[in-house]
Amino acid sequence: MRAILLTVLSLAAVAAVAGSWLAPYDPAAQDLALGAVGPSAAHWLGTDDLGRDVLSRLLAGAGSALMWPVLVAVCTTLLSTTLGLLAGYRLGWVDTLLMRAADLAIALPGMLVLIVVVGVVGGGYGWAVLAMAVLFTPGDIRVIRSLTLAQRELAYAEAARTLGLRPSRIMFRHLLPNVAPTVVANTLLSFVAALVALAGLSFLGVGLPAGTPDWGLMVEENRGLLDLNPWASIAPAALITVVACAATLLGDRAFESLSKGGLR
Amino acid sequence: MAVVKRLCAAVLLLGVLSVLTYGLLAAAPGGPEQVLLGGRPSTPETRAAIREQYHLDDPFPVRYARWLGDALRGDFGTSISSREPVTAVIADRLPVTAGLAGYALVLTVVVGVPAGLAAAMRRGGRLDQGITLTSLVALSIPPFALSILLLYGFAVALGWFPVFGAGDTPMDRIVHLTLPAIALATGQAAIVVRQMRAAALDLAAQDFLTFARARGLPRRRVWVSYALRNAALPVLTVGGLLLAANLTGSVFVEQAFGLHGLGALLVGAVGQKDIPVVQALVLLGGAIVIVVNLLIDLAYVAVDPRVRHKAAAA
Repeated sequence: MRAILLTVLSLAAVAAVAGSWLAPYDPAAQDLALGAVGPSAAHWLGTDDLGRDVLSRLLAGAGSALMWPVLVAVCTTLLSTTLGLLAGYRLGWVDTLLMRAADLAIALPGMLVLIVVVGVVGGGYGWAVLAMAVLFTPGDIRVIRSLTLAQRELAYAEAARTLGLRPSRIMFRHLLPNVAPTVVANTLLSFVAALVALAGLSFLGVGLPAGTPDWGLMVEENRGLLDLNPWASIAPAALITVVACAATLLGDRAFESLSKGGLR
Repeated sequence: MAVVKRLCAAVLLLGVLSVLTYGLLAAAPGGPEQVLLGGRPSTPETRAAIREQYHLDDPFPVRYARWLGDALRGDFGTSISSREPVTAVIADRLPVTAGLAGYALVLTVVVGVPAGLAAAMRRGGRLDQGITLTSLVALSIPPFALSILLLYGFAVALGWFPVFGAGDTPMDRIVHLTLPAIALATGQAAIVVRQMRAAALDLAAQDFLTFARARGLPRRRVWVSYALRNAALPVLTVGGLLLAANLTGSVFVEQAFGLHGLGALLVGAVGQKDIPVVQALVLLGGAIVIVVNLLIDLAYVAVDPRVRHKAAAA
């Protein structure tokens, strides 16, 4: 099972890095005489209504579809782990402030905020990525904080304090390895959430100019071609689903095996 | 006391939300005059007329107070694209969204609760593994991708369901809304399954259940009348999560199935920078979220005697 999940994600990573180079055709090249036709030997996934090769567009879009969510996941993980450890270990006003902020952010329907903010203010993916990092971080802070609260009372943390180690060393060298399974799982979950949210935004036509080779946008633009070449819309939808599911399941499994075996 | 504190917090949140919502008009590119003019040509005269009509020269707090006063009376101004009152536009779209949400909620409860309980009863077995895996997958499928897959599979390829529209007669509407409701309910049902399973397993370790089993009560009786009632509390908390999933999901599902509901209205209004409509929908959605979360808090106090006594003791 794990081998399958890792294979799926590795293939996705290869497509993200080398997608435009692997694409058999220019993703923007039109063939209006051909129009939307189903899969053939020349076009494995057929073409869209402007005669553009669906496979090439999928490969060209893999980069932006996967890299931005990785960026969101990295930002969210760094922020939430640092702030969560800080809140849980230091307590006091830092903790109170962060927890009130988390309450507020968790009460918001995040996706609607993204749609309205990115849609009205504009600014494309850059803004969306920033807004997502702000929206996803509080939930993770809360999780890391509650784990830190439990860890700080254990004997090894007390021993480290007795030895007179600096708080930053205790937090990052002693407590962090013990909350690592959750950090890994959170990173993968943030990646999935960002992947789905970004694809969702472009599906709604928010944040990207029409015609960009992008998975979410392809689902929407080719929705009307379900009878002519269903692959033009189904293939990007299926890709988003497969990558999201693989990352979620891997996160679940990684969490279980890491918490059983520890991190050594 | 706990009730008063929660009420105050909810009112405060609503206040913050309304200020931010009103601020959208100022944050929109081109400034408020351009937004309110829509596509009409902008000459110094029309701009002056707009400033006059919307009192844009007043200070921000005065404008905000006027806007909020009108909003509280149900007047959100005029839609820029359709030139109809915003309230009328929303009332026109509401039935489709309400029908979809209700249908999806029924599916969620009917599928989610028994599946979660079944998984907990057969903990670690084949059934549990299957249900847990399915719910994890269901949780990560984006609603719009699922919509397209369902649309192709059951409407285009098999032809069992209509492809577009919401139907006219009540029966027709149920048929039309079936696929969208499934697409919307999948993620929600997964949330319910996971919470129900976790809650039931947590309960299974409780003494009163061990005692009920020791008394030789049938397994079904133990689970349904002892465990289900207690498991209802954490599931109540899930109500908040479900609502967020529902509001967000319906935007995507309506767009994917071409339904003319509130979600599609929001997407259209955002695209056309029809700020009065966006403001009304954001305020409406936000108010629903805040009020439902408040009701859930209050329901906790009402249902669980422990919460009540703790509040009274404090």
